[in-house]
Amino acid sequence: MTLTGIYRSRRSGTPDSETSSGGGGTAVMRVIVPLQGVVQGHGGLVLGSVIPCAFFYFLQFYLKRNRTDDPEPEPDPAIQNSASSTNNNSGSSSPSQSELNGLARSLSRVIISPRSSGAHVSVSGRANCILKGGDSPGLRRVEEDSYDESGNPDGIIELGLVQNKLSLDVIKDWVSQTSVGLSSSGIASYEPPDGLMELKMGVTRLMSEATKNAVTFDPTQLVLTSGAASAIEILSFCLADSGNAFLVPTPCSPGFDVDVKWRNGLEIIHVPCRSSDNFNISVTALDRSFSQAKKRGVRIRGVIISNPSNPMGSLLTRENLYALLDFTREKNIHIISNEIFASSVHGDEEEAEFVSIAEIADTEENLDKERVHIVYDLSKDLSFPGLRAGAIYSFNENVLAASRKLTAFSPVSSPSQHLLISAISKPEFIQTYIKTNRQRLQRIYSEFVKGLKGLGIECMRSNGGLFCWADMRGLISSYSEKGEIELWNKFLNIGKINVTPGSCCHCIEPGWFRFCFSNLSDKDVLVVMNRIRKVCKSQD
Amino acid sequence: MRLIVPLRGVIQGRGGLFVGSLIPCCLFYFLQLYLKGRRPPPSDPTELPRTSSRSNLFSRGNSIGRVRVSSRAVPVAKPPDSPYYIGLERVKTDPYDRITNTDGIIQLGLAESTLCFDLLQRWMSENLMESIMQSGDGEFDISSIAMYKPFEGLLELRVAFADFMSRIMGGKVSFDPSKMVITAGGTPAIEVLAFCLADHGNAFLIPTPYYPGFERDIKFRTGVELIPVHCRSSDNFTVTVSALEQAFNQARKRGSKVSGILFSNPSNPVGNILSRETLHDILKFAQEKNIHVIYDEIFAGSVYGEKEFVSMAEIADSGDVDKSRVHIIYALSKDLSIPGFRAGVIYSFHEDVVSAAKKLMRFSSVSVPVQRILISLLSDVRFIEEYMTAHRQRIRDKHVRFVEGLKQLGIPCAESGGGLYCWVDMSSLLTSYSEKGELELFEKLLTVAKINATPGTACFCIEPGWFRCCFTALADEDIPVIMDRIRQLAESIRS
Repeated sequence: MTLTGIYRSRRSGTPDSETSSGGGGTAVMRVIVPLQGVVQGHGGLVLGSVIPCAFFYFLQFYLKRNRTDDPEPEPDPAIQNSASSTNNNSGSSSPSQSELNGLARSLSRVIISPRSSGAHVSVSGRANCILKGGDSPGLRRVEEDSYDESGNPDGIIELGLVQNKLSLDVIKDWVSQTSVGLSSSGIASYEPPDGLMELKMGVTRLMSEATKNAVTFDPTQLVLTSGAASAIEILSFCLADSGNAFLVPTPCSPGFDVDVKWRNGLEIIHVPCRSSDNFNISVTALDRSFSQAKKRGVRIRGVIISNPSNPMGSLLTRENLYALLDFTREKNIHIISNEIFASSVHGDEEEAEFVSIAEIADTEENLDKERVHIVYDLSKDLSFPGLRAGAIYSFNENVLAASRKLTAFSPVSSPSQHLLISAISKPEFIQTYIKTNRQRLQRIYSEFVKGLKGLGIECMRSNGGLFCWADMRGLISSYSEKGEIELWNKFLNIGKINVTPGSCCHCIEPGWFRFCFSNLSDKDVLVVMNRIRKVCKSQD
Repeated sequence: MRLIVPLRGVIQGRGGLFVGSLIPCCLFYFLQLYLKGRRPPPSDPTELPRTSSRSNLFSRGNSIGRVRVSSRAVPVAKPPDSPYYIGLERVKTDPYDRITNTDGIIQLGLAESTLCFDLLQRWMSENLMESIMQSGDGEFDISSIAMYKPFEGLLELRVAFADFMSRIMGGKVSFDPSKMVITAGGTPAIEVLAFCLADHGNAFLIPTPYYPGFERDIKFRTGVELIPVHCRSSDNFTVTVSALEQAFNQARKRGSKVSGILFSNPSNPVGNILSRETLHDILKFAQEKNIHVIYDEIFAGSVYGEKEFVSMAEIADSGDVDKSRVHIIYALSKDLSIPGFRAGVIYSFHEDVVSAAKKLMRFSSVSVPVQRILISLLSDVRFIEEYMTAHRQRIRDKHVRFVEGLKQLGIPCAESGGGLYCWVDMSSLLTSYSEKGELELFEKLLTVAKINATPGTACFCIEPGWFRCCFTALADEDIPVIMDRIRQLAESIRS
């Protein structure tokens, strides 16, 4: 039926079927009416279709212009889940999924109510999204009631925040010795926000040091920012447009959600890795996610990886990196390598070799380097996160030019820059620091892992980073995210330790936890083990 | 057997016009949808130079294409086209120096003050390292500065900041540290506020002439538009509510949503100070339209005229107004002349704005050692008093000298009471009374007279011929040099 219909309409439109023409006599006053042409038989199908289409097009156009603003996209359920699930720590030890949903719903109602009251002025939709997410209640609890060996022995021990307290004495010596350099220089006036050349040279030396001088970094390709978070934010702004996405192998750093999504309006597509592969990144999985996203019409602009990986602490091999680079080349996308723990490698000298992606990129053609970008965190690697100094290293001129300007929003202040210069311009300081820090990391890592093993808890083998990735699948009551959060709550309330559950790192297998051991002294390790034992017992 | 054929219905005469139009429309709609699905995301035509698109084609064969940056990064990466930034760049290539480079370009484009560096230098050499290492109970505890601290600033710093702000505003208003978020300078403060108060595509009303940096601060990433509200020299560039009203209505007609008004007080670049009545009127206007007001009070401590400076916080605290729409930006770069410290503050009466800004500070927080320095600097009341008195006095002196010098050349300035600059009427030097004429003069000032002053165009002033000249980085002996250079230029133009 339909077929014949179309056939007929075609026929009626073709000029040679001009048998039914009746209105030829009105040629004096030819008005172009949609459809009339058909009746008259000349070119009517075209005009008759084009004119309504044009009207429709203009209608759409008009509607588009008059639309006041786009409805806010629904916040990603993953972030909400992780945020709200971790929110539910106090009191209720068994938060159910329905509670979580209820929480989200009540929030959105709050947003509507001020608008209806009229008198109250509302904040932007995107600010509302931020208000909902990104809280870490564990950290807040630690702030309120933090452990102190003598002052508050029942307080909560921090194992969630990634910071290094092992080598603070070295840092202290350095800061107490810098007294002169700071005050005499012109720290007060305007200086380039992307960093002084002197500092950049120091940073590139430090980065080379981490690769055992296998790579020389070019200071003109470096842009300093206030911390790695802003480095990732600026990079993802420069590489992708609103609505585009990045592929991120999981488990990944919990911070990516915030850094990539909040202000840039980008998406993250998680590519799950599994414990059966030792959580290694698989290019096949990346490829699958890429094609799936493409089918959904989402444009992927890059891959974000961490090396040494966070939360597993494993190092990527040369082969891994080559495979990744090949993949990004094939798809013509960017790769951001997050190398913020490059100097915090603690494995055996022979076995644990940190390979920067810059080394791989250096063997490639010029054209191809442009897709490689590195994020570095100077202050984290120097056990000085309070200094807020991170860096973007990129081979792409456009990215560098744009990032330099965007650092106006995330600058490193001049006093911080001069303080850093005074440290990293002294090679002996850097060498002592890296050596001491490595030894101490090594020791505390093996202590910690041994302790867990004594409790029957296995960790992933790790060679870098300030944390270990513990397999607690045997301890959770139900093999699900709910079971994991229950255990997390027990750690916080019964064991009084704050850890990072795998779900925050978007791990798809429940029961994995990240312990950041660099917060601890040797004595603390024993305390932590006792507390974990207590939780284990209560679980039985 | 009724077939719905497009167009045939017309012939048959029943409901055909409707169905006959609807069907092509549907088909067209689906065609659009189909095309949209297959189209790669829109790319800026300027993004890829023609040559590289060719190389793109070539390399397809080897499956290597040149990877592109995002289209929103392209305008950011481009060299700036505002004369404000062009001027600043030009000075860097050939800066004036009293001894070594007497033919260099003199900087009048950057609002920074070197007038009280001697005082700062003294304080820094005495206290800087001590303040970093001091942590209350004597013993230097490195983890108090090395480890993560709340991103919105230490409570101690916020208390000190609040004290300092109320001190420089004459003690008439007190600030609440819990409404405060410390930011890494004024630039991130304004960006974060714009992000929190308006969505992409919304707009702020902004009286012109305004600070050229707002274009970058607000437009680069937040996607918020600025709608100029033109002020004229006949009112000494003071904004009127009727002009605001008009701009608001026009914006609404065009379909853009106005989320707020953005002001500088003391204004930048004119340097005039808004009266209490004007502030009240603006707040009333905002209330009527249910929009936000953002006050940039970054020059609050650099007031040197007769006119009293009134902070919006005072107005908000005084009456029965809805305070939650009032947001204030402040920074230490200008009033304390320490731009290198990158310390600013968002002061907001809206709880949600404060908590969202706190979270966003992970991207622009002030480093902890710098916070320590600031705590001891701002709580050193004796030094602050001494500094503020000297700062005001020295600006006043410099202002008198500079304006007097221009007056002798027959060049008038707008009346001003604050800021590190004056707003100079050089329209008598224009060859044509237009934007083009003004830019020509800007170029002549740069290349012939070797002076970088910011032209009104960069500040979106609608009257041509105005220039912003910052005089607080000059030594007294520089002023005759500048006047000489301007005189020579003026003579060559007028002759």
